[in-house]
Amino acid sequence: MPESSTVKDVLSSSVECRTSPLRRFSLSSLHRNSLGVFCSEDNVQECLSHISQEVSSFGLPPVWTEPGSGSELNIVAVLNCMYDLIQLHRRGLRTLENMEVEQLKSNSNVDFLQLSTTRLKEQLEISKRENTGLLERERQLQLKVKSLQNCLKNEKEEVQKLQNVIASRASQYNHEMKRKEREFNKLKERLNQLLVDKKEKKQAIDVLNNIGRADGKRSLWKTEKMEAKHEGEMYKTLLSDYDTRQRELQLENAELRKVLQQMKKDMVSILSSRKPAAKGDKHEHSGMQAASEEEDDEAFDSSKESVELYCVHAREKLANSIRLQWRRLKSHVERLDSQVSSAQTGESKSTDAVPRETHEEEMDRLKLEIQQCKDFIQAQQQLLQQQLSSPCDEETASLLSDCYMLQEKERLGDEWKTLEEQRKIFERERRNFTEAAIRLSHERKAFEEDRATWLKHQFLNLSPFSDSKKPSLSKSKSAFLISAETDSSAAVAPEKFIKHRSESPRCVPLTSPSTADLYRTLCLIPEDSSTKPKRKTEHVEESSVFCGNAPVRHKRWDGIQDRTLSQEKNSSI
Amino acid sequence: MKAGLLFFFCLTFLLCCTPQATCVQYRLVVRDVSTLQILQLYTCLDQVSHMEWSSDSLFILCAMYNRGLVQVWSLEQPDWHCKIDEGSIGLVSSRWSPDGRHILNTTEFHLRVTVWSLCTKAVSYIKYPKACQKGIDFSRDGRYMALAERRDCKDYVCVFVCDDWHLLRHFETETQDLAGLEWSPNGCVLAVWDSCLEYMVLLYSLDGRLLSTYSAYEWSLGVKSVSWSPSSQFLAIGSYDEKVRILNHITWKKITQFEHPAIIDNTKATVYKEAEKRPGVGSDEMPLHNITMGATLFNTQSKYEICPLPVQIPVVKPDPDRASPKIGISVLAFSSDSRYLATKNDNMATAVWVWDMQKMSLEAVLEQTSAVRCFQWDPLRPRLALCAGNTKLYLWSPGGCVSVQVPTEGGFQVQSLNWHCSGDSLILLGKEQLCLCYMDTDQEDK
Repeated sequence: MPESSTVKDVLSSSVECRTSPLRRFSLSSLHRNSLGVFCSEDNVQECLSHISQEVSSFGLPPVWTEPGSGSELNIVAVLNCMYDLIQLHRRGLRTLENMEVEQLKSNSNVDFLQLSTTRLKEQLEISKRENTGLLERERQLQLKVKSLQNCLKNEKEEVQKLQNVIASRASQYNHEMKRKEREFNKLKERLNQLLVDKKEKKQAIDVLNNIGRADGKRSLWKTEKMEAKHEGEMYKTLLSDYDTRQRELQLENAELRKVLQQMKKDMVSILSSRKPAAKGDKHEHSGMQAASEEEDDEAFDSSKESVELYCVHAREKLANSIRLQWRRLKSHVERLDSQVSSAQTGESKSTDAVPRETHEEEMDRLKLEIQQCKDFIQAQQQLLQQQLSSPCDEETASLLSDCYMLQEKERLGDEWKTLEEQRKIFERERRNFTEAAIRLSHERKAFEEDRATWLKHQFLNLSPFSDSKKPSLSKSKSAFLISAETDSSAAVAPEKFIKHRSESPRCVPLTSPSTADLYRTLCLIPEDSSTKPKRKTEHVEESSVFCGNAPVRHKRWDGIQDRTLSQEKNSSI
Repeated sequence: MKAGLLFFFCLTFLLCCTPQATCVQYRLVVRDVSTLQILQLYTCLDQVSHMEWSSDSLFILCAMYNRGLVQVWSLEQPDWHCKIDEGSIGLVSSRWSPDGRHILNTTEFHLRVTVWSLCTKAVSYIKYPKACQKGIDFSRDGRYMALAERRDCKDYVCVFVCDDWHLLRHFETETQDLAGLEWSPNGCVLAVWDSCLEYMVLLYSLDGRLLSTYSAYEWSLGVKSVSWSPSSQFLAIGSYDEKVRILNHITWKKITQFEHPAIIDNTKATVYKEAEKRPGVGSDEMPLHNITMGATLFNTQSKYEICPLPVQIPVVKPDPDRASPKIGISVLAFSSDSRYLATKNDNMATAVWVWDMQKMSLEAVLEQTSAVRCFQWDPLRPRLALCAGNTKLYLWSPGGCVSVQVPTEGGFQVQSLNWHCSGDSLILLGKEQLCLCYMDTDQEDK
């Protein structure tokens, strides 16, 4: 059955593959019916024709001719056809087998080839890697070779040099050796000569006369003191040399230090001058802060620098500060350079334009101001000139000439008048005073004379019986005046005192009061008779005092004076 | 101060002092410089090998090494004579002491130094003096003498007080083979240097303490010449590696080194090259003039030209097998104000290099046509006179340099020169002739 099925399959497949438009609807009807059979009793004719067509298309002799023999098949033809078909089929199968085999073969070939390619690729990779590795090694080895060649060259050169050195040294040694040998030979000869030659010439000096030393001094003996002196001198020379050298070095040092400090100051000034111009770069700003601090520090230090930077730290400090300033200066210069270069590219031109305008405006404004001020000054000047040169009345001129002083002048005039009046009053008073003083002096003189006469009388009339003899009142006024004068003197004295003290303009005409009045006023009249004798005795005592007796009475005289004075004081005041 | 100078035939030796004297064979002639009048004439016993004035210019020492004799002549008293006979011990060198009253004779083989006193006829001996390039040096003030001593294969330095030759200090030095010593001008430091096999410069204080050592490199040939600056500030050390190293007196460390490259480039110095002016064949006057002068071939004028940099200096490579090769700085001279240093490199023998010590850089290079024989600074001014074995005298000053023809007949070739102490005149020494050169304010003239 497989044959038939295969035939069927072939047929069906051939049917399916050869669908011509003419045959389409017929094919559909010729398709397998539900039973799966191609031919049934219905469509025999169609099947026949179809098959014969198919067969003829295969190239086989036709099986059935339609108009021919009717519906009966030629079995021989059919069998032949079948046989041919079978052959065809077999042939096809064979070719299919062959092709399958071929395909298998080619598949296996492909696989094989694939495997081999992968293997070969791997091999290639490996060999490539090896190659690079080898190349690398070769390169390294070449380098090594080169360096070794260089070393070799150097070594050769050194060897050559050393050989040269050895050669020169050898020749030098030889030369020296030869020289020494020659000298040795000469020495040997001389020795021989001396041994043979008995006549030995001795050393000698033959000088006509000794000559003095060049410096005129006498040569000295060699003593220890001399040795010590020589040592001392030697050390002195050395020390002085060291001193001068040290001084020179110090000077040099000081100069260099000055130069360094000057440099530092300059750098600091340069860096600080650009401080306000520096735009807010934080780092810069902080740097500035540090710089200002350092400057303060340094300013403080400069005052101490006169002490001199002798210690290492101070020197290092100076050096470090210089380095710092220099670095800053360098960075500043670099920045300026970069600024300049950026400015040259034209970036900052716009920024410059605005300030320039404002600058110009400012300039114009200032110019205008200046002009205005000038005009103002001019006008003032003119007015002033006018003032000075304009003519005016004499009165007003005279008035005006002193107008500023008028008020003061009037005031002065008034004061002058008052002063004049006062002066007149003072003159008058002074005149009065002088008159009074003259009168007073006259009166005093008179009083003094009276007293003197009274005292004289008293002295002359001195007796134990003082009561019996009373001084005559008729005696000259002067006598009374004497006694009174003692009182009046006391009186005058207080008056005088009073006068002198008060100096009142009132002039009291000095009329000597009557004796009685005087006595009464003086409370010395017999109202109090007891006092009289006392007074008398006192008077005597006074006189005795005047005669120069015991000083005890003097006391009493003083006491009297005082009393009288006080009395008078009481009376008059 | 009297000054004497010989004009005609003379021997080569001449030492510069204010009076000038010259010896011929065994005759000593003393002349006055200004008038060229013969003041004194002395006759010595033998051919004079060495002649020296005393420091006060009153005595002249004539040493005859062959005979081992030293004769001393007095200028004031011609009758006075003094003869020192070293006897069988021989004489190798003789010199005055700074006070002018003692003579130091070094005996043959440097066996000892005998100090003869002309005041007391006393004799002192100094044993084991070293035979080296510069074994004795007096300090500038004449108070101390340093003497190199070699005892038991070790180097010592003896410091003597010149007053009474009392040994002040005696100390060992750290040198392998002491080659020379020199006092600093202020008399407080003694520079001691080793032989050329080892570069070593030692500085000792007056009292014998080692102040410092300086060694620039090892193994190669070392110090060739040493010079103090007159202010004692610098010590210049010239070595075989064609460099001059300057040490300062405060730290005794090198402050700079001057190199002498064959190609001068990249410097602000002026290079003067001597160019000979050949007398023109076409001009009629010159040949006649030359003929009358009597010297056409030898008296070619020359002048200096300023060469633009870079300049190549001719170098003569020394023979490597010979000892003391002609390479390195052999002559160092400071000017009197310590401002300039003149150096000569032996393998560039035609060039004199002048260095400015203030700027520590090269100031000028003078390139001559023939090898420079001798150069010396003016004692007062910064003026350098040099001679190159021909008939010319060359002068350099900061203002420029000039070449002067010495107007003499015959082949007078200037071998060496010496300045007068006042800087007013120069003596030019030839093989058999002598020439005095007076300096005017503007021009040099004889």
